[in-house]
Amino acid sequence: MPAYLFWIFALLMLVFGAAVVINRNPIASALNLVVSFLSLAALFMSLDAFFVGIIQVLVYAGAIMVLFLFIIMLLDLRVEKLRKINWVASAGGIAVALALLTQIFYVIGNLKAARQTFPPLARSTIDDVRNVGLALFGNYNLPFQIIGILVLVATIGVVLLSKREVR
Amino acid sequence: MVTLGDYLIVSGVLFAIGFAGVMLRRNLIIIFMSLELMLNAANLSLVAFSRFHVQPNGLPNYNAQVFVFFIITVAAAEVAVGLAIIVALFRARQTTNVEDIASLKF
Repeated sequence: MPAYLFWIFALLMLVFGAAVVINRNPIASALNLVVSFLSLAALFMSLDAFFVGIIQVLVYAGAIMVLFLFIIMLLDLRVEKLRKINWVASAGGIAVALALLTQIFYVIGNLKAARQTFPPLARSTIDDVRNVGLALFGNYNLPFQIIGILVLVATIGVVLLSKREVR
Repeated sequence: MVTLGDYLIVSGVLFAIGFAGVMLRRNLIIIFMSLELMLNAANLSLVAFSRFHVQPNGLPNYNAQVFVFFIITVAAAEVAVGLAIIVALFRARQTTNVEDIASLKF
């Protein structure tokens, strides 16, 4: 993938990701998050990870965001009323986030591998699903089954949570 | 050419955006969306490392992609449970603002 496409999709992802945090309307935030996830899927495809890119679109941009929008609709959330901003807390939050960012930049700046480009692949990864499936059902068979049980437990938990009258 | 560091920096900035969202916003649903952003930032650096460490057979390291698959599955389960808790909370308190839910605050 050409370098300019990487920068376009990275910029799209970051701008819409920031819009998620900045927007006061929850529906606008959710829709911005969809665009951010789609750009991230494009970045996955640029790294020759086609299977991960496709489940990013199907699971995140499809299923999870529909769930978010559904809950926003169910709770009937409107644009938040402007509350008095707690400036000390906001400045503290931004300062902690900036400190984290400088630490990340420092670590990546000291990483020798970070200055190398990606080595070429011997062959195309267009049959990505087969390779991921081989790893998933071979080496990672037990974790895969455990994940299945986790999803089952989550399903039962959600049903219980939404049935019981919470006081 | 795009280097590994470019992907890692983009992923780090996305993580910081999500972190700032968790710290700054007071709507529970937006906090939850910011959590998703942070999970996705981790996924991006995992996939970048997977592509960077090409195996002797000339293919990317698929262990990282399996890990990403697990993260996405757990995130889906987490979103379902979390949103169910938010709905239960909303039924009890009629709010999703974290400042109105302070009974555990010291």
